[in-house]
Amino acid sequence: MGELTGRTVFPGEATGIPLVLDAPLSFWGGTDLTGRIVDEHHPQRGAVVTGRVLVLPKARGSSSSSSVLAEQIRSGTGPAALVLTEPDAILMLGAWVAAELYGHRLPIVVLSAEDYGRLCARPGPVTVEAGPERATITAEAARFPPG
Amino acid sequence: MADLALSEEDEAMLDGANGPAAQLCLRMVVALARVRGAPRLLSVASAHVDGCLYHGQAGLDFVERLAELGGRVAVPTTLNVGSLDLRHPDLVHADAETTANARRLMAGYTALGCTPTWTCAPYQLTHRPSFGTHVAWAESNAIVFANSVLGARTDRYGDFLDIGAAITGRAPDAGLHQDVNRRATVRLDCAGLSRRLLVEDAAWGVLGHLAGRVAGSGVPVLTGVPDGVTEDQLKAFGAATASSGGVGLFHVVGVTPEAPSLSAVAPAGIPVREVAAADLRAIRDELTTASGAGIDALCLGTPHFSVTEFARLAALLGDGPPFHPGVRAWVTTSRAVLAEAERLGYAETTRAAGARIVVDTCSYLTPVLDEEVRTAMTNSGKWAWYAPGNIGVAVTLGSMAECVASARAGHLIRDEELWAS
Repeated sequence: MGELTGRTVFPGEATGIPLVLDAPLSFWGGTDLTGRIVDEHHPQRGAVVTGRVLVLPKARGSSSSSSVLAEQIRSGTGPAALVLTEPDAILMLGAWVAAELYGHRLPIVVLSAEDYGRLCARPGPVTVEAGPERATITAEAARFPPG
Repeated sequence: MADLALSEEDEAMLDGANGPAAQLCLRMVVALARVRGAPRLLSVASAHVDGCLYHGQAGLDFVERLAELGGRVAVPTTLNVGSLDLRHPDLVHADAETTANARRLMAGYTALGCTPTWTCAPYQLTHRPSFGTHVAWAESNAIVFANSVLGARTDRYGDFLDIGAAITGRAPDAGLHQDVNRRATVRLDCAGLSRRLLVEDAAWGVLGHLAGRVAGSGVPVLTGVPDGVTEDQLKAFGAATASSGGVGLFHVVGVTPEAPSLSAVAPAGIPVREVAAADLRAIRDELTTASGAGIDALCLGTPHFSVTEFARLAALLGDGPPFHPGVRAWVTTSRAVLAEAERLGYAETTRAAGARIVVDTCSYLTPVLDEEVRTAMTNSGKWAWYAPGNIGVAVTLGSMAECVASARAGHLIRDEELWAS
């Protein structure tokens, strides 16, 4: 079983099928409250983030993204987990408030560029376990491509 | 990474010495500080809160939790736009539930001791943070303006942390609070752009969009711009850089206060991108999602219109004809700027041409535009970038003069010579 190790930005556990974005995304203005990507200029416009392990190079744009993410988590339309290449404070705050208010912890993990590429290259569900010390992403069915 | 060292006061606040709301908020500030790798927290002199815009139940639950816990801001705190025009309630046609919740959210933040300014351009008000002062501002255009144009220091704060910093008076010593992160990462050489083009706010919005794309989450520095750059132009530039990229700070050599020279802000040998008029025209066309010459609406004031922009609009309108009856026009501004525009007569001129002036909110956030509007013209790079996804209209971007001419004619009037200059 393949396993990638990353850094925890926000702790939690989730399993889902990755949705890989080819460009950064602002949750506010870029997604709606049903979890759909509505950014007119985004290559994955029309895709739905709900329940997916959202793999995106980085976040972008508005600081309202924390409210939008918290509301998606509350209403069950948010992603299952977020995997980025750099920590994002705005998304972390959305996850923090949702955990504080509703007890739902959305894991946020940062991977090295190399491991990020390996995750992007692999289809099928993954399990994200973001603990206080480190985060792991485990592929259930097949190994990650060799690094 | 350095461990986070907390002061005795911080430790006491975490133990509840300042009450349960400050305790909760400082836990949030500390969680952010750990993610950001901050060695310590620092005191902020003011805050600007973006969380008062209604995005759903979660934001309302959070502010009401803080109120239940007895929360009260510890520093002067201004409020960003809400989802309603409290002065002119008929101008926003949200459904009853959204209206009620948006009103509750705005009241919730006011009850915590925030000043009900309801503007995304708090820097247009009289109380501005001074050079070098640490603040905690949210709202991407306000952040970039505070850092770049005022020389104050804020990181890119989001909803929730903004009120958390306001209630605790503390923020992580990280990101743009630190000297090392305020150095330029890429230079845009604007020497090839004409003075005529750079006198237009819309050109600065387009240039900002390009700079955001080039800089990403870095710090762009502009060189080769003419004298006389205005705050409205810097506002348009910053708002667009923060939308297309993650820019929280830019420098303009000879204009912005940290950049008296290139060497003051940029290490030797940073990448250089030369900007030509053709680059700006290409971005203008990319931001123009409408096809054809039809225009149903004109939307000005994103970020909020300033008094000087009202003066410019009033001068363009003059005693000329009103807008075409088929074009609805909206100008969004703050209640403070509107009061000044009314005193100076600009508001009357604007309304006489057929425009409606909206305060407290913005026309690309909430249902301000009539449902039948399909195509809108704006001079704002930020409005052009977000409106298609947010409110489902097609956009045409142009200078304010093009906007006025088009709104009068009822169809697009382009000054192609301007954009080729």
